[in-house]
Amino acid sequence: MKILICISNVPDTTTKIKFVNNNTAFDIAGVQWIINPWDELALTRALEIKDAQPGIIENITVVNVGLIDSEPTIRKALAIGADAAIRINAEPKDTFFVASQIAEVVRKESFDIVICGIESSDYNGAALGGMLSEMLDLPSVSAVSHLDVVNGAVELKREIDGGQETVATQLPFIAIIQKGIAKDARIPSMRGIMTAKSKPLTAVEPIAADLLTEFVGFDLPKPKAACKKIDPDNVRELVNLLHNEAKLI
Amino acid sequence: MNFEFTEEQKMIQQAAKDFAERELLPDVIERDEKSEFPAEHIKKLSELGFLGMMADPKYDGGGMDTISYVLAMEEISKIDSSVAVVMSVCNSLVNWGLEAFGTDAQKEKYLRPLASGQKIGAFLLSEPEAGSDATSQRTTAEDKGDYYLLNGTKNWITNANSASTYIVIAQTNPEKKHKGINALIVDKNSPGITLGPHENKMGMRSSDTHSVMFNDVKVPKENRIGDDGFGFSFAMKTLDGGRIGIASQALGIASGAFERALKYSKERKAFGTEIFNHQSVAFKLSDMAVKIENARNLCLKSAWLKDQHLPYGIASAMAKQYCADIAMEVTTEAVQIHGGYGYVKEYHVERLMREAKLTQIYEGTSEVQKIVISRSLLK
Repeated sequence: MKILICISNVPDTTTKIKFVNNNTAFDIAGVQWIINPWDELALTRALEIKDAQPGIIENITVVNVGLIDSEPTIRKALAIGADAAIRINAEPKDTFFVASQIAEVVRKESFDIVICGIESSDYNGAALGGMLSEMLDLPSVSAVSHLDVVNGAVELKREIDGGQETVATQLPFIAIIQKGIAKDARIPSMRGIMTAKSKPLTAVEPIAADLLTEFVGFDLPKPKAACKKIDPDNVRELVNLLHNEAKLI
Repeated sequence: MNFEFTEEQKMIQQAAKDFAERELLPDVIERDEKSEFPAEHIKKLSELGFLGMMADPKYDGGGMDTISYVLAMEEISKIDSSVAVVMSVCNSLVNWGLEAFGTDAQKEKYLRPLASGQKIGAFLLSEPEAGSDATSQRTTAEDKGDYYLLNGTKNWITNANSASTYIVIAQTNPEKKHKGINALIVDKNSPGITLGPHENKMGMRSSDTHSVMFNDVKVPKENRIGDDGFGFSFAMKTLDGGRIGIASQALGIASGAFERALKYSKERKAFGTEIFNHQSVAFKLSDMAVKIENARNLCLKSAWLKDQHLPYGIASAMAKQYCADIAMEVTTEAVQIHGGYGYVKEYHVERLMREAKLTQIYEGTSEVQKIVISRSLLK
């Protein structure tokens, strides 16, 4: 079984967000880049299955659409345990473009499971898995919180209102994973970091694909207002503020 | 000169930071209070390869350079020095000593399980009456032909209970003074070894510190490291590298306290503004930042010298003395910036201050480092 995991190169989740060029572009100065947390959990889960059932999964490949500065993030995925990596040498400007590039990789090299995170933690597009499914004419299962291989068949559970549902599907398919798929992302070992250098990381040029969307501008949330403290005995004042100022009641 | 870390070095630094924050931080205060050895944490740390990170991959080590080791030690020590000291003893003293001076058979038998993290080692030099004056070893290793008979007591031994492999420094030929000392590899389970109670320490309370008594312990001749009488030289050479580990630990204690103090100063308000905006606090933080930057540069320079196979004994003495001394200063100021909150356990800085004190004492006091440094000035 071969697994492809789509990984995004995103700013560390503690990054202080700033915009430049008249609020049309994210300011990357001083930003530390990481594997999108959902994608990292997907990789961790794939490795857990590979470790638990030796021989079932023959290869885990990660794919990223990004320029050369995303290679440290890709190398980290290799250090964590991916067997190989593909970088499509282009700026990931919109999801249709990214999906077109990854679909081309899947068309050229067959994979049994293509996994992507439910969204990326930077632009939160949440569209890649659905687009891949449409472009490749493959089944997709979204919000997957449990993924396993049992007797050669894939076992999936997904989050629904008030509970979970168990889903069966044919291979190949697209798994769009949710948090809960793995407990914690795996920390790379010393051996993993050393061997990552010698694992294949192939850079390929992008195919022609349209950009269907463009960022016009960004607005930061308004700063939080100062906290008001109200005496516990002064319920009237609390109700007054909730009604007239916060307009919550 | 190039101050840029490699991708691998940055990845190791991040891995150590992630491990420390995820695995060590949640229960570090509780373990400190209970003086509880972090057995599960050490197991995970060894599985990731941190305990043998510099050992040759030929012996299942990580094959990392000393710069990577400094970066990892700093990150672990920011959170938990009791864990960092296990890492330091295993990497700097036991593994390095065996790899540099052991025979092939010794490396195969003893280094391999240590480098792969399956076993933990301990380095037994200090004695009740031989701390800084390491030439005055009272523990004896009497030559009995095909074995040595070990008798005596070692003090303040880190990993004494958790280790499987000891490296013991002992006197074989007292008339030859320090040239009569040997270094022996001793299985901890050998008959005749007993441990004193766990030491109830001021800081690094969850590290595993005991005295170790040897009573007619037989050690095979093939377990001697190097030629007869090489033991003192072995210990001194090994401690040169050990200083880099403890200097990095002290650096981590200082930078951990600094990061907490800086964060607190941006949140805590007094007289209508964040306390960082008061010059008395801002200048303290400025002084702390400069000291930490100096300390880090000293650690990295000595690590770089070691990686280049250049003499590093003086550089590591400077790093150890300076990092330990500024760790004490920086942690004290971090407590001061936190005010009353700094004096209670949940803000961590009082623990870091207690931990800092030990770095001025063990693996060569700050005063011993000054002896090493000043003697080099006369040459």
